[in-house]
Amino acid sequence: METGTKTTVDEIIADSGKPVSVLRFSGDISSMSRDSVLNAYGKVAKDRPVLLDFCRVDYINSSGIALVIQMMMAANKSGQEICAFGLTPHFQKVFTMVGITKYAKLYPDEHSAKAAV
Amino acid sequence: MSEIKDTAVEVRLPSRLGFEKIAMGTAASVAKLMGFPDDRIEDLKTAVAEACINAIEHANRLDDSLSISVILSASDDSLEVKVVDEGKGVTKRPANPDIDRKMHGEEATRGMGMFLIEALVDEAEWVKGSKGKNSYVRLVIRLGKEGK
Repeated sequence: METGTKTTVDEIIADSGKPVSVLRFSGDISSMSRDSVLNAYGKVAKDRPVLLDFCRVDYINSSGIALVIQMMMAANKSGQEICAFGLTPHFQKVFTMVGITKYAKLYPDEHSAKAAV
Repeated sequence: MSEIKDTAVEVRLPSRLGFEKIAMGTAASVAKLMGFPDDRIEDLKTAVAEACINAIEHANRLDDSLSISVILSASDDSLEVKVVDEGKGVTKRPANPDIDRKMHGEEATRGMGMFLIEALVDEAEWVKGSKGKNSYVRLVIRLGKEGK
C-alpha cells in the first residue's frame, strides 16, 4: 500500500557559483522512508548547501515531516544551509504550521532555489 | 452520481500503515462531490490520514487483526468524518509542536498528528469509547469556510 521512497542525490552549481547537493525524493515520505531519506542525507557533503526536492512526492505525513526535521537537525549541527522546493501549496502551509520555515527556506521550484542559495 | 448529502460512507481498514491512503482518497472523493474547493480537500486528506495513522499506530498498536472504521457523513453544509478504533481513547493530548525544542533534541521529532488535525479542520474532538474500546476522533469541515 505504501509507495516506497526513492531518493537520489545530484550535485549542481548554484547561480552564485557554489556547489550544492540536491536530494530528490519520489513516492511517499512516511515512517517507511526513514532509511531511504536519512541514508541519502548521510552521504551528502556537509560543506555545501543542500536542497530537498519534493517535486515528485505524492504523499507526506507527520512521520515524513519528522524525517525532514531530523535532516534539519543534522544540517543545523554542521552549520549547513538546508532548503526545500517543489512542495504543493498545501504542504508549504503544513511545513509553515509546524515551524519548519524557521530553519529551512521553502522555494516554489528548483530555479528559484538555485538562484537563492 | 446522485446527490451526496445525507449520505454516509463507511470504509473498514486493517491496522496497517499505508492503508490510511484509502480513507484519504475516499474522503477526498466525497468532499469533491460535495463541492469543497481543492485547498479544503487537501486539508481534509491530511487530517483524515493523521487520524487513521493515530488509530492504527497508537490505538490498535499495529495489530493486523484489529481494524479501524472511517465513517463519512455528508450533510448540506458539512462533512463529518469519524475514525473509530479499538483502543481506550486519548488520555492526554500532546503539547503543540515546538520547532525550537525539536531542533535542540528536547522534544521528539514526531508527535504532530493531533496538532495538524486540529489546525486543518473546523472541528475535532477525541471521544473515549465505552469499556475501553470503540474510541473515535470526529472531524468536521464546513462548506463555505476558507482554509485555515
